Amino acid sequence: MGIVYLLIPLGLVLVGIGLWGFFWAVGNGQFDDLDSPGWSILKDDEPPPAPQGEDEAQERK
Amino acid sequence: MTRGGLPCFHCGEAIPPGTVIHARIHEREEAVCCHGCKAVAEFISGAGLEDYYTYRDAAAARADEAPRPDRWAAYDRPELVERLTRAEAAGARSITVLLEGMRCSACSWLADKAVRQQGGVLDVSVNPATARARLVWDPGRVRLGDLLRVLEHVGLRPHPLAGESAEQLAILERRTALKRLAVAGFGMMQVMMFAVPLYVGAYSGMEPDIRELLRLVSMLVSVPVALYAGWPFYVGAWQSLRARSISMDVPVSLGIVLAFSASVWNALRGRGQVYFDSVTMFVFFLSLGRYVEMIARHRAGSVADALARLAPVTARRLRAGVAEDVQAIELQSGDELLVRTGEVFAADGTVLEGEGRVDESMLTGEATAIAKAAGAAVHAGTHNLGAPLRVRVTAVADRTVLGGIVALLERAQSERPRLAKAADRAAAWFLSRILFGAAAVFAVWCFVDPSRAFSATLAVLVVTCPCALSLATPAAIAAATAALARRGVLVAHSDALEALSKATHVLWDKTGTLTRGLVRVEEVRMLAGRPAAECVGLAVALERMSEHPIAKAFLASGTTAETASDVQVLAGRGLEGVVGGRRLRIGSPAFAAGLSPGSAVPAGLDGESWVCLGAVEGLLAAFRLTDELRAEAPGCVGELARLGLSSEIASGDEAAAVARIAERSGIAQFAARLRPEEKLARLKALQASGAVVVAVGDGINDAPLLRGADVAVAMGRGSALAQTSADLILVRDSLDELPGTVALARRTQRVVRQNLTWSVLYNLAALPIAALDLVPPWLAAIGMSLSSVAVVANAMRLSHSPDDPRGRTWTTARPLEAA
Repeated sequence: MGIVYLLIPLGLVLVGIGLWGFFWAVGNGQFDDLDSPGWSILKDDEPPPAPQGEDEAQERK
Repeated sequence: MTRGGLPCFHCGEAIPPGTVIHARIHEREEAVCCHGCKAVAEFISGAGLEDYYTYRDAAAARADEAPRPDRWAAYDRPELVERLTRAEAAGARSITVLLEGMRCSACSWLADKAVRQQGGVLDVSVNPATARARLVWDPGRVRLGDLLRVLEHVGLRPHPLAGESAEQLAILERRTALKRLAVAGFGMMQVMMFAVPLYVGAYSGMEPDIRELLRLVSMLVSVPVALYAGWPFYVGAWQSLRARSISMDVPVSLGIVLAFSASVWNALRGRGQVYFDSVTMFVFFLSLGRYVEMIARHRAGSVADALARLAPVTARRLRAGVAEDVQAIELQSGDELLVRTGEVFAADGTVLEGEGRVDESMLTGEATAIAKAAGAAVHAGTHNLGAPLRVRVTAVADRTVLGGIVALLERAQSERPRLAKAADRAAAWFLSRILFGAAAVFAVWCFVDPSRAFSATLAVLVVTCPCALSLATPAAIAAATAALARRGVLVAHSDALEALSKATHVLWDKTGTLTRGLVRVEEVRMLAGRPAAECVGLAVALERMSEHPIAKAFLASGTTAETASDVQVLAGRGLEGVVGGRRLRIGSPAFAAGLSPGSAVPAGLDGESWVCLGAVEGLLAAFRLTDELRAEAPGCVGELARLGLSSEIASGDEAAAVARIAERSGIAQFAARLRPEEKLARLKALQASGAVVVAVGDGINDAPLLRGADVAVAMGRGSALAQTSADLILVRDSLDELPGTVALARRTQRVVRQNLTWSVLYNLAALPIAALDLVPPWLAAIGMSLSSVAVVANAMRLSHSPDDPRGRTWTTARPLEAA
């Protein structure tokens, strides 16, 4: 059973790393919005920036 | 050609009978309910965004009117935009806007796509949970006004927020709460992992040093949970004790501190029971409940947000005859303003020039616009529907009528009568019983064996506090809150559930709550034997030329190919024009009859709700206009009555209109022409007679009423100010879920009581037996776990089996399936 003296502290270290990662993600704004990123896969690629400017109005019809 | 009953393609509301309006979507004609929805649906389709209709999970807000592009003209001016927005890198600007009409995640997708289609937009982040969007754009390539216009075109009305500090604070608060929740969650799981071997070890035997290790490690993991995750509870308890009151935080903190310190003591000396699993679970469940509640509160928004939505950020000031756009906060008494058609007044004032009609419904609840000529007083936040007005400013900012209402609201909020009361009662209930139990144990042990009295008493406190409190109440409330959220009812203050379960009266606002808040043509009476369709067509042709809310009612009721020419608008009376070669008048009965001198106005047509169409040969038709009753209102009132809640209307509108709505919704008691203070007085009178009052409202004029009520319910489409005052928000803007919510609140209270009874009984039964050493430790451990599982499982019943007495009746549109 001596192995638990290694495994338990190791487990605690892993929990600490996980928690640190979570704190980092929260501070980075990863959890500020949990709904809309799911929709981002539906966003098409950005339109090429070149022809814009003159025909914005036409784009909207 | 009646398509009544069919849902509108865009907003999902039933299309009123007689309405034939179609929007062209994808080469297909889709039925919509009004021209506003048609415009929005066609714009969305035209921009290639029709996927929105496939993915959304809630119908869109009804578009009341076609977008008015000139509303955002001020945001096209660079110097004003510079002052309102923040500078970003490389010359870009950013602003946060609140989006009204945001219903689901598909709306945020729509807003994102629509804005990005404009060139020059560098970044858009739309948060559907808080209904806010942050726009970053290059002012050299696109104007802010264009971005706001496109948002309005897709049916999400933007409200630019001047300051971002409140928003930043809210984000920080959410992030901190999430971190504390994570610490509690991680800690709980770890401690559970160590607790299981301890339970099993107690049964099958375990080496003492391993047991010691597990207990010490559990302690180590519990320290951050008790200190960091539990910190807000200690702060809350300390604050309430300093204010000489007992809030819910006091017994909670007592429970955590007692259980934790007793466990630490036992762990360090290596004897006795440890309760780290109970402590961490307790903190986690409570934090979870508070977190969910906070999200709902943030969604409802703050008073400052609400003001941002009401009063415009900019105004057009006249100086020496020259108009310039200025920020509303720069205005002073004595300034002269030009308020154009469709604009909102930025300050209180008196009209100098012009004849307008002003929609004051947000202040008074009155649905019809009021004529304003020179000398009349106008108020900030109200809407000019008529001709442009020149106005002398008499009061600005917090001295306006609107500012007064907000002040009333803030005062009511600081008094916080109902929140404190509900929490006090709960805390006193728990504390008295737990302390009584502990005292009894202490007294008994003093007789039996004084040396063990202290540890036995501690054991009682430690085991009863967490078990009864941690699982019984928070688990039930968390389950109920989640179940309600799925039904479209947001719970902003969970104390309200307790009050709701005891409610005896419902105080209704009329406009926008029992009714839709939109004027509709309700009855057409033929006076000259002409077909109804022809008369409606003539009326529509004339009314198309007007901006009046009554005109909107006609436009929603029919269409015509005919056009009117030579149309004159006669303020306060009606319209006159030529349609198909005939001179016609539409307006008040006397005015319409004026075209044919000598013709009499039929009896029974009073000027308030009847509009007549008149020709040279006499009156052709009369139209009765009313603010349409919500279809679900009578059923909801009846259902509430069955649950034992009596209804009463308190409205600011005129008596005849209130009486009609009262009769049709089945409410016997009503009061009309009440100012916000008088509504509050009526509420206080009810409360003084012992009633527990639920107030349902939507308008700014309801906000003080909502603040004073035991339970405040706001409509999802209602004003932001009403929502900030509310405990419950009906997100789907339908009364359907209200009776079900009351029923669920009662079930929640029942479950809480069952759980408490169970916990107390279990503890009372198990503790003495365990203390007398009659039960082996492994059985006690299994018993404790089973007891917790039973309590949680009982609470989870609330999230299943929705016992909505009327069944699931909401009418979310699924147009693509139908097609």
